[in-house]
Amino acid sequence: MNLGFILLILLYYLQRSMGPIEVSQEWKRIIKGGMAVAGILLTIAKLGIGYISPLAGMLNFILGGIIVYVTIRNPELQHRKGMIYAWLPIMAIMVLETITEMISSSLYNSLEIYFESAGGFAILWAIVMWINNTKQRKALEKEKQKALEKEKEYKITEALKTQLEKQVAERTTELTKQKNELVKALDELKAAQTQLIHAEKMASLGELTAGIAHEIQNPLNFVNNFSDVSTELIEEAKEELASGNQEEAIEILSDLKSNLEKIMVHGKRADSIVKGMLLHSRSSTGQKEPTDINELADEYLRLSYHGLRAKDKSFNADFKIETDDSLEKINVVPGDVGRVLLNLINNGFYAADEKKRELNQKGVNDFLPSVIVKTHATNSGVKITVRDNGKGIPTSIQNKIFQPFFTTKPTGKGTGLGLSMSYDIITKGHNGRLEVKSKPDEFTEFEIFIPKNES
Amino acid sequence: MKILIVDDEKDVEMLFRQKFRKEVKSGMLELAFAFSGEEALQVLGSEHPPKVVYVFSDINMPGMNGLELLENIKQQFPHIQVSMISAYGDLQNYEKAMESGAKEFFTKPIDFTTLKAEVNKLIERHN
Repeated sequence: MNLGFILLILLYYLQRSMGPIEVSQEWKRIIKGGMAVAGILLTIAKLGIGYISPLAGMLNFILGGIIVYVTIRNPELQHRKGMIYAWLPIMAIMVLETITEMISSSLYNSLEIYFESAGGFAILWAIVMWINNTKQRKALEKEKQKALEKEKEYKITEALKTQLEKQVAERTTELTKQKNELVKALDELKAAQTQLIHAEKMASLGELTAGIAHEIQNPLNFVNNFSDVSTELIEEAKEELASGNQEEAIEILSDLKSNLEKIMVHGKRADSIVKGMLLHSRSSTGQKEPTDINELADEYLRLSYHGLRAKDKSFNADFKIETDDSLEKINVVPGDVGRVLLNLINNGFYAADEKKRELNQKGVNDFLPSVIVKTHATNSGVKITVRDNGKGIPTSIQNKIFQPFFTTKPTGKGTGLGLSMSYDIITKGHNGRLEVKSKPDEFTEFEIFIPKNES
Repeated sequence: MKILIVDDEKDVEMLFRQKFRKEVKSGMLELAFAFSGEEALQVLGSEHPPKVVYVFSDINMPGMNGLELLENIKQQFPHIQVSMISAYGDLQNYEKAMESGAKEFFTKPIDFTTLKAEVNKLIERHN
C-alpha cells in the first residue's frame, strides 16, 4: 500500500458530497489542487529517481499531515472525520516504518514483525471504521431522502396553495358578480315596491271615487236647493212686505239668513271632501300637521261606506262613529292616517258583508253588518278603534296579517299591501302602534295608538 | 194631508219646510221627518191608522236602507204611497224600487219642480 494512493483516495472522497452535505466550491477547488499535488508526488515517487523520489515520499507525509489536520480542524469537513480516523493508523504505521527504515535498516528489520501486526490491526480498524462510516452515511442519505420528500411535499403544498388561491379568486369574482346582481335585483324590487304602493294608493282612490261622488252630491244638492229656495223666499218676502205683513217678512228674512249659512256649511263640506281626495292621491310628503282626528275618522268612515255602496248596490251596512270630544288636535300626516282608516274600515265592511253573505246562504237573513269607529283621548295621545261584526280573523293568521302581500281575499280583490302599509304608516311614520283583536265569527277590532307631541 | 220625508241628512228638513212653506202655512200639507228607516217605521207605527199618506225616502242610509224601508211599508201599510229619492240614479236601484211598489223615483239633486208637482197632484186628489 502506498501513502500517495491513500491520499488520492482521501482527497477524492473529501470533495464528494455525503448524504445531504455538500462541500463548498471553494473547498472543492482547494481539494482538487491537493489531488493534483498528490498525483504528481505519487508519480515522482514511483519513478524512483535518485534523491528526488524519496523527497516526494517525504512531501507525501507532509501532505498527509496537512489533510489530516485540515479535515479534523475545519468545521466544514467534519463529516469526513470518520474516514480520516479510519485511515489514520495505516498512515501512521507507514510513516513510522519509513522513518525507522531511514534511521537504520537493522532496527527496521528487528521491528518489522511488530509493524506487520500493527499494520494488520490498522487494517482491521479501518474496516470497522468503514462499516461504521457506511452506516452513518446511509443514515445521512436517508435524511437526505427525507429532506427531498419533504421538499416534494412542500412543492405539492405550494402547488395546492396556488391552485386554492386561484379558486378563491375565481369564487370571489363569482360572489362579487352575484352580489352585484342581488343589489340590482334589490333595486328593482324596491322600484317595484314603490310602484305597488302607488298602485295600492290609486286602487284605494278608485274605490273612493264613487264614495266621493256621492259625498259631494249631497252638499251640492243642499247648495243648489238652498240658493234656489232663497230666491223664492225673497220673492215671497217682497209679496209679504207689499201686503204689509212685516212680521211675516222678517221671519222669511231670518230663514234666508240660515239658508245662506247652510249654503256656506255645505260648500265647505264639499271643499273638505275634495281636499281629502287630493290628500289621499298625493304621495305622502310626510308633513305632519295638527289634525282633528274625530273629523278625519268621520270623513273616511263616510267615504268608505259610500264608496262600497256605490260599487256594490246590494251592499248595505250599519256604521257609527263615537267620538271623544275632549280629544285635542294631534300632529299627524292626515292623508296617511286617512289611508289607514280607510283601509281598516273597508276591511271591516268587507268582513261583515262576507259574514252576511254566508249567513244568507244558510237562510239567516236578519244579520246586519256593522262597523263602529271610536276615538278616545288617552294620556299619551289618541286611541282609535275600528270594530266590525264580521267573520273575525282566525288566531292562526293574526300574526301574519301585517305582512306584505298577505291576503285572504280572492285573487284580484286585494293587493295584500293595505294592512302592511297601514302598519308602516302607524309604526314608522307616527311612532305609534297598530294592534288587532279578533274572535272568529264574532268581531275584529283594530286599535291604532298615536302618541301626541310628535313633531 | 201628511207626508213623511226620510233622509239621514238632517238639513233636508229645513229645505222641505221652506220649499213647501206656503202649502204648510195654508194647512193643506203637513210634513213629518225621519232620519233613518227604523225611525220612519216608528213614526208610521205611532198612529193608528197612520195619518201619513205618502213617504219620500232616500235610498242610501246607514242601517235599514230606503229599499228595505219600502218593502216594510208596503207590507205593513199597503195603502201608503212611497217614492224614492236617491243620489244613485242607476237602473238597478230604479228597477228594484219599482218592483217593490215605489210610485216615483227621484234623483238627487232633487228637482223640486217635479217633486212639487207630484205633491200638488196629491193635495188636489186628497182634497
